Amino acid sequence: MIELRDVSKQFVLHNQGSAVIPVLQGAALQVSHGECVALTGNSGAGKSTLMRMVYGNYLADAGAIVVDGVDLVTAAPRDILALRRQSLGYVSQFLRVVPRVPTLEVVAEPLLMLRVERAAAMARAEQLLGLLNIPERLWSLSPTTFSGGEQQRVNIARGFAYSYPALLLDEPTASLDPVNRAVVLSLIEEAKARGAAILGIFHDAEARARVCDRSIDVSDFTPKAA
Amino acid sequence: MKDMTQDTDVLLSVRGLSKFYGARIGCTEVSFDLFPGEVMGIVGESGSGKSTLLNCMAGHLAPDCGEVLFAGRDGDLQDTLKMSEPERRMLGRTDWAFVHQHARDGLRMNVSAGGNVGERLMAVGARHYGAIREGAVDWLGRVEIAEDRIDDRPTAFSGGMQQRLQIARNLITGPRLVFMDEPTGGLDVSVQARLLDLLRGLVREMGLSAVIVTHDLAVVRLLADRLMVMKDGLVVESGLTDQVLDDPQHGYTQLLVSSVLQV
Repeated sequence: MIELRDVSKQFVLHNQGSAVIPVLQGAALQVSHGECVALTGNSGAGKSTLMRMVYGNYLADAGAIVVDGVDLVTAAPRDILALRRQSLGYVSQFLRVVPRVPTLEVVAEPLLMLRVERAAAMARAEQLLGLLNIPERLWSLSPTTFSGGEQQRVNIARGFAYSYPALLLDEPTASLDPVNRAVVLSLIEEAKARGAAILGIFHDAEARARVCDRSIDVSDFTPKAA
Repeated sequence: MKDMTQDTDVLLSVRGLSKFYGARIGCTEVSFDLFPGEVMGIVGESGSGKSTLLNCMAGHLAPDCGEVLFAGRDGDLQDTLKMSEPERRMLGRTDWAFVHQHARDGLRMNVSAGGNVGERLMAVGARHYGAIREGAVDWLGRVEIAEDRIDDRPTAFSGGMQQRLQIARNLITGPRLVFMDEPTGGLDVSVQARLLDLLRGLVREMGLSAVIVTHDLAVVRLLADRLMVMKDGLVVESGLTDQVLDDPQHGYTQLLVSSVLQV
């Protein structure tokens, strides 16, 4: 479902003396249906960079990144957008929303974009927000003023509203209390059970041990100093 | 980059568009395709040529060379630059809309709010007073202008309300393509947020395509699917909006992104 072949990436900082920072070289991995794979490695090893490349948020310099048959390295923007709508979900660490939009709408949006009937989309959003213990009195408010933990949970609810066949998770259990952490882990297990391919970054070792089938150490892809 | 999908359903195709002001470059060699439902953002600082480009596309300025092809309802691409003046005016009243930065450029200031909105319907043939009034009330509601303000003139409105009225006037005829020039420029941040929320909702509900020129990167991040970055009349970088903003490749884009003040 998710496959990387010989992917490399470097950053060129044009305004800082054209500094070249090589990040990844020869990165390769595969995630099958129903599998959860963890990216590991020290801070700065390129875990987030790799994940962002799989989402098409960062460009790859070489190689192929194929998700559900679409190669993100060569795909046109509109094909990447279609892939993100239909097949590829991403739970980032930050919630980025239009001010004023109520939490329920934020969570239901991925479903509404797929033209799911409004009532059904809202019902699913309510179910997830309830599950993640967001008090009902907050549902009609914009999440911009919520606490960090609440925003994180809204973000997770949004990421799980639609059953994406491929899912990227960036620290999904960070800053969560034990109760909500357990809810998120069971959401991940449910997604695996229905066949989703999941690629994630988990600093929480216990969570990783529970939901991940294997780990890939990203430092294996660190370019060797010339 | 060659588009992988067939260009059969392209809505707008801009090819090699250039405009010079004497020896000075307005914009040069701009080419891109826009598909139904897509929002394209164009960013760059003042004088980068983004407004020149927008005005050339919308037919307000005559470019020196290039083509602006638009798919009519029959699906055939037609070069709008070669259309006769009445044809182009008709297009501007039906399938195209233009939202000006300054609402007063897009409104008739001495006509009531309802008149401003209803006038567009009459221009495409609506004659029944009740139906026009009803359409106007509906659209004023959609842009959050209370019904009891329908007989007020735009001069009695705040800047944010004028801008929303301009949007209602433009969208009531159900255009397929909207050009927007700094639609949130000059408005308070809180008013901007409301307008952005409104625009996003309308774009999604109506399946609108839009070309938005702005210098505000936050605006394009929230509204645009794709982004073009202009400098000195040239497109220096283009791609998926979040990719261009998060992993900019060109030195100028890197400078632009890193110059934004964090709040």
